[in-house]
Amino acid sequence: MKARVTVTLKTGVLDPQGKAIEGALRSLGIEGVASVRQGKVFDIEIEGTADRAKAEELLKQAADKLLANTVVENYRVDVVG
Amino acid sequence: MNAAVLVFPGINRERDMARTLKLVSGTAPAMVWHAETGLPAGTDLVVIPGGFSYGDYLRCGAIAARSPVMDAVRAFAAKGGLVLGVCNGFQILCESGLLPGVLMRNQQLKFICRDVYLKVERSDTPFTRGYNAGQVIRVPVAHGEGNYIADGETIARLEGEGRVLFRYSSPDGLIDPNWNHNGAINGIAGILNEAGNVLGMMPHPENHVEAIVGCTDGRGLFAGLAEHLAKAV
Repeated sequence: MKARVTVTLKTGVLDPQGKAIEGALRSLGIEGVASVRQGKVFDIEIEGTADRAKAEELLKQAADKLLANTVVENYRVDVVG
Repeated sequence: MNAAVLVFPGINRERDMARTLKLVSGTAPAMVWHAETGLPAGTDLVVIPGGFSYGDYLRCGAIAARSPVMDAVRAFAAKGGLVLGVCNGFQILCESGLLPGVLMRNQQLKFICRDVYLKVERSDTPFTRGYNAGQVIRVPVAHGEGNYIADGETIARLEGEGRVLFRYSSPDGLIDPNWNHNGAINGIAGILNEAGNVLGMMPHPENHVEAIVGCTDGRGLFAGLAEHLAKAV
């Protein structure tokens, strides 16, 4: 089973990297970019279960324990099948 | 002093730390590999040095914080054992939950490597008894992610309970955004845990302990710890 965990900064947390990317996009002349927030994507393969709910539970554990720092980050788990 | 210096893959300041601990206390620390599940018998101080554990992959300190030896450090700290984390060590302590908050990318996005001034807020802790409250010391920093933040409630608690031990300041002890080189909230450079036995700080006091490098302002931290531990025996 394949899954994706997306980790993003919580609203209100300063994101200097996103700001720098935003500035670079402007300097490239890409119009209409109002703001950029950067984050991380983890593509994960799950083995040993075909149960979606179980896989989601497992990935939530993984995100809480390691993939995200929930002090400043949110995460989203998507089991893509 | 029976210090244990933790060694993670990618750490590169452990020898500076070991050298300083030996110089100031007279006893060489034990070097403890991250895969160990226990600390040497008689350990009375755990030091997590600076560097780039696991190449700063995922988040600074995130992977080191989940290594086997950190369970032993948690148990040691829960019993009141003294723990000092410097630079990456501070990041590891935050990631492991031993200290609140997190160290974010420096506000200016630059890796900063230079001397800074720190105001010592309190002298009545094992870590700062070698200083006077309000004293300003000069020590180096070398980090890209030293911008301390936590939620408002946590910051209010840290401040209200006097758990901010070091703050970036001017040479005269003025707390001013111009002297806060990484954007840390309230200029926070070092904090204590609730019980007062775990200190995390971004600057490197271990690099200012010998006259030959031009400054010995960092010595007080280690001399104070050695004195505290000698009296505790």
